[in-house]
Amino acid sequence: MSLLTPQTERQATEQIVGPEDAIELVGLLAEYESVDAVMKAAGKVRKAGFTRWDVHSPFPIHGIDHVMGIRPTVLPWLVLGGGLSGLIGGLVLQWFCNAYDYPVLISGKPFWSLPANIPVIFECTVLLSALTAVFGMFALNGLPQLYNPLFKSERFLRVTDDRFFIVIDASDRRFDEAETTRLLQDSGAVAIERVED
Amino acid sequence: MTAIPATFELDNTYDDPRRRAPLVTGGLDFHGITQEVAKVAERPTTLAWKISFMCALSFLGILGLCLLYLFTTGPGVWGNNQPVGWGFPIVNFVFWVGIGHAGTLISAILFLFRQNWRTGINRFAEAMTIFAVICAAMFPGIHVGRPWLAYWLAPVPNQMSYWPQFRSPLLWDVFAVGTYGTVSLLFWYTGLVPDIATFRDRSKSKVKQFLYGIFSLGWNGSARHWHRFERAYLLLAALATPLVLSVHSVVSFDFATSQIPGWHTTIFPPYFVAGAIYGGFAMVLVLAVPARQFFGLKDIITMRHIENMCKVMLGTGIIVGYAYMTEFWTAWYSTNTFEKFTFYNRVFGPYMVGWIIMTFCNVVAPQILWSKKMRTNLWVVMIVAILANVGMWFERFEIIITSLTRDFVPTSWYAFKPTSIDLLMLAGSFGLFFTLFLLFCRFLPVVAIAEVKTVLPEAHPHTHGEGTHGDERKADYRPDHPVFGE
Repeated sequence: MSLLTPQTERQATEQIVGPEDAIELVGLLAEYESVDAVMKAAGKVRKAGFTRWDVHSPFPIHGIDHVMGIRPTVLPWLVLGGGLSGLIGGLVLQWFCNAYDYPVLISGKPFWSLPANIPVIFECTVLLSALTAVFGMFALNGLPQLYNPLFKSERFLRVTDDRFFIVIDASDRRFDEAETTRLLQDSGAVAIERVED
Repeated sequence: MTAIPATFELDNTYDDPRRRAPLVTGGLDFHGITQEVAKVAERPTTLAWKISFMCALSFLGILGLCLLYLFTTGPGVWGNNQPVGWGFPIVNFVFWVGIGHAGTLISAILFLFRQNWRTGINRFAEAMTIFAVICAAMFPGIHVGRPWLAYWLAPVPNQMSYWPQFRSPLLWDVFAVGTYGTVSLLFWYTGLVPDIATFRDRSKSKVKQFLYGIFSLGWNGSARHWHRFERAYLLLAALATPLVLSVHSVVSFDFATSQIPGWHTTIFPPYFVAGAIYGGFAMVLVLAVPARQFFGLKDIITMRHIENMCKVMLGTGIIVGYAYMTEFWTAWYSTNTFEKFTFYNRVFGPYMVGWIIMTFCNVVAPQILWSKKMRTNLWVVMIVAILANVGMWFERFEIIITSLTRDFVPTSWYAFKPTSIDLLMLAGSFGLFFTLFLLFCRFLPVVAIAEVKTVLPEAHPHTHGEGTHGDERKADYRPDHPVFGE
């Protein structure tokens, strides 16, 4: 199996132009054909002690978190915080506007009464929670991400279609090109590619 | 995998619990699903799409001209009068908000109930919701008479240093519809990101790669990303569930907290919500049946999906019929003269035709869906769904107009007659809705590709990998923070 694609050979010639454009290996990309295969391989990679690695798939694979040892995300706590801010914000907003800053007597209604304020408090709570859930999720995922060396790989295009990948980062302490390649080969990968940047 | 010919239509509508009905037919695998959905957007623009788009655009143009006429002349161009101050704009508002309920119901409530069949229809139902909310939000915005002062609805400091009145249900409505629109948009977009990434990776042209690339935010299908994505999706579903139920409840408060006979009833919130789900599902069917036919999505939006939606329509239709009966019962039982007269007037008064249409479309017509043969006949389904939409529009017309034209004292009675501008604006709002919907069908994934893949049997692992109980510290790695190298 040749690890050098025509693209990387071209980049290798460009390297002569300037040393600051040096191409370095950032990881190894292994392709799998099925959910079962990638699950098994993920178990092997984890057992080998890697910490800087990831599985890429076209849809969420159930049970992969467990196999990879992904810890529960902090997101629900952020959402709780967002929700509480919305709740308090909605309450304070209504109190400030109608009971404190400019009270207006309408139909003899009290300036400050909780029952009339419940709908708006509820909506503010849901709104801020939902905003936190979505933007918090993207922020924790580091998205939007404008550049990713993985996208240089033609093979990797199928990650949003029907293929499964394992990427092991070269900065992992246990990373050794030859040995890691062998590990991925043994794990049932149908193809292995060098990811360079 | 593809031993079954593509033309073979598998019957997956059986109710035998011992055999799990496939939610995707035609022997599609992961790639097949991608292909099936992507081809809708990738193939050259069809003549049918162009013709439909031109029609929709013409109606949108009519709406634009009506708005111009309205803004330059004033709300007198409508049939609104004293005492019918609400008229068509509010009828249309309630109608469109109601339509907008099905999308988030499908994405949120059916998600929490683990109704996996939702994956085939949730994407365009959510899109439908957003477009319906846009149509809905327009009407109160222009109904205020001076739309350039619509910002008075928001709690922002203004030249009068006066604040909105939070004890008014009309302001609750601003918050309810605003929140609902925002959350529906977030829900829709979050689900879209992985599918836009699919389109990005399939695009050949630079422009498409760039645009899909921007909107997919650099999504790369990382398991660590999916983990947070799924968590966020679950949280959104849990948040949107009470939200869906609250929106039409709050809309009904606009009526229920007033003292007008026919409005001042406690049954309004559940009655409005049931009606909204009924009308919303009807609109999903009106869009889904032609979509699966013209876009060739029969293997993803299967007969089982259509049948399930018919069952939801039947169920909520019965609740709506029950609510109608309860209203009459309560009016009689209350012995309140005005309440009794309002309901007598609704049936035998000047708007009798509207009441007959409403009752026929919402109570009588859906009963045909008891029969499985009818539920699986697309023509019948389509006709019942269109009738349901007509019926739901007339329901709002009846509630708003009959109660306002004749309230307590006959000296304050006055008939309401819509003008041609009223009717053209209603037609124009459909133009806005269908223009947005057709653009969505042309450029975005109409089916949630990633989600449909998860309901295939081969998406579920049969063997668990090794190292399940390894060192927990290994999970600290976040490949996104920073990116490889550097």
